[in-house]
Amino acid sequence: MNLEGRAVIVHGDDIDTDVLYPGQFLNVTDIAQMAQHLFEGLDPSLRDQLGGDTALVVGSNFGAGSSREHVPQAMAASGVRFVVGKSFARIFYRNCINLGLPVVIAPEAVPAAQSGSRLLLDLDAGTIEVDGAPIAIMPVPQFMREIFDAGGLVPWMRTQRGGAH
Amino acid sequence: MGLTLAQKILLAHTNVGTVAPGDIVMVRCDVVMTNDISGPMAFRAMEKMGATKVFDPTKVVVVPDHFVPAKDTRSAELQKLLREWSERQGVTYYEQGRGGIEHTVLVEEGWVVPGSVIAGGDSHTCTYGALGAFGTGLGSTDVAACLAGGFFWQAVPGTILVEFTGDKQPFVTGKDLILAVIAEIGVAGGTNMALEFVGEGARALSIDERLAVANMAVEAGSETGLFPADETVAAYLEGRTERAWTAERSDPDAAFSGHVRIDLSSLAPLVALPHSPGNIVPLDQAVGRKVDQVYIGNCSNGTITDLRQAAEMLRGRRVHAGTRAIIVPASQRVYRQALAEGLLDVFVEAGALVSAPTCGACFGGSNGVLADGENAVTTTNRNFRGRMGSAEAGVYLANAWVAAAAAVAGELVDPAQLGAHT
Repeated sequence: MNLEGRAVIVHGDDIDTDVLYPGQFLNVTDIAQMAQHLFEGLDPSLRDQLGGDTALVVGSNFGAGSSREHVPQAMAASGVRFVVGKSFARIFYRNCINLGLPVVIAPEAVPAAQSGSRLLLDLDAGTIEVDGAPIAIMPVPQFMREIFDAGGLVPWMRTQRGGAH
Repeated sequence: MGLTLAQKILLAHTNVGTVAPGDIVMVRCDVVMTNDISGPMAFRAMEKMGATKVFDPTKVVVVPDHFVPAKDTRSAELQKLLREWSERQGVTYYEQGRGGIEHTVLVEEGWVVPGSVIAGGDSHTCTYGALGAFGTGLGSTDVAACLAGGFFWQAVPGTILVEFTGDKQPFVTGKDLILAVIAEIGVAGGTNMALEFVGEGARALSIDERLAVANMAVEAGSETGLFPADETVAAYLEGRTERAWTAERSDPDAAFSGHVRIDLSSLAPLVALPHSPGNIVPLDQAVGRKVDQVYIGNCSNGTITDLRQAAEMLRGRRVHAGTRAIIVPASQRVYRQALAEGLLDVFVEAGALVSAPTCGACFGGSNGVLADGENAVTTTNRNFRGRMGSAEAGVYLANAWVAAAAAVAGELVDPAQLGAHT
């Protein structure tokens, strides 16, 4: 699986899901509306940088705190193709995978990327190219590849129904 | 090589023969819980998975608790959806006035037993580790898979062994113990890990204090935080549940990924300053900060134990003229117990506001959100920027003694010194 994207940088470590999507908007269930509140508590102007080809570049322990799936839902709806970071908080990481939004750990790629950098993610090769320079990503377990390839946990579950589980 | 408690519980809920940290396994759920935030999105995803009925209605619990009582029509619609879905599916549903905050309700109502796996659509599902259950928080799509199939995928965690030694000092509670752990390992120190709380200091804790400790395991990035079940848990569960359980513990030769030792005899009350639960200082470094609001409640510290501590501070005293205090019993049971003990009268007499059980202002939903420039001392578990309303407000996390003392003094004070302020 190859994915290409234009870097949008979210600066800082330990960015929590409350600033990414404040609690007062948690009663929104329409995904297009969710996209209007993404980054609301951090920097709403980041929304203007997102497009259909965004590669979101983030720091360490990104997505800490609440399990609110509104965050990756809003990202996907805003045109984020994949997320690359130094490390991720557990539930945010799971949520991205479950929505079929590729999320990769590549600590060296983060400082190498500038706003607007061209990023090429090659899950088969286990690399991410930042403006042409290949950098290794942390290996993505086979199971997660399976979910990415299926397009998320929803389609994956449809293939499993009545299966071995 | 032996297994840790967390690994043993997971292994018993899989079809595989052995587990090692990093293995991705399919874990069967004993209980699946969701609420008015994660539920509606999960129900939609479950349908898209092709499932019309839940895997086992006797194992599904639904608790509206975040925007309750409904703060606006959009919240009311979600709660209506939750109610109707629960009825259609034949699952257990705790209506407002008969439940409370989900984690408190599930523990009180006997859904949580040692050795079980509980998947919840809320990050503080790790609270159930207080009773030796692998409770873990999940997003809506994960919850949908649990509802549809009764399982979730899980990378087997390593375990950090946290040993509490010595005796707690006065005005130190479970809140301070977990803040001390977070101060030690950091807000990401528990990533890909379970915490396991052991030692004489752990065994001496009441269930309410264990709930406070386990609840904030996620604030260290952990998958869950477990207390091995003991006689305190057995006594608590007596007459509360008919679910079978056994007390598991880590093997003597289990490999731990880290060790933390906290000496309780030298631990003073702690405070997490804005805007991170990892921004922790001893209380004496924070005294004197002006306090606009005190909020005592939430799934970590809204128990009867917390309310008793708060009442002890507030009895015969008044909430400071420049401060407001909001007391939120975590459940109807806690509310009624506090009523029976006369605690609610103490609060009202002191000029505090007593609220219905709700997640309320803890996550900035309703019921006491903060304005620009305001400071709050709370017994909640998160103080991220904007968590309780304005991004320009500051939230200080502390135990119920400290929070109630601050309500009286109008500023952060040492509860042992409160006499000087009345």
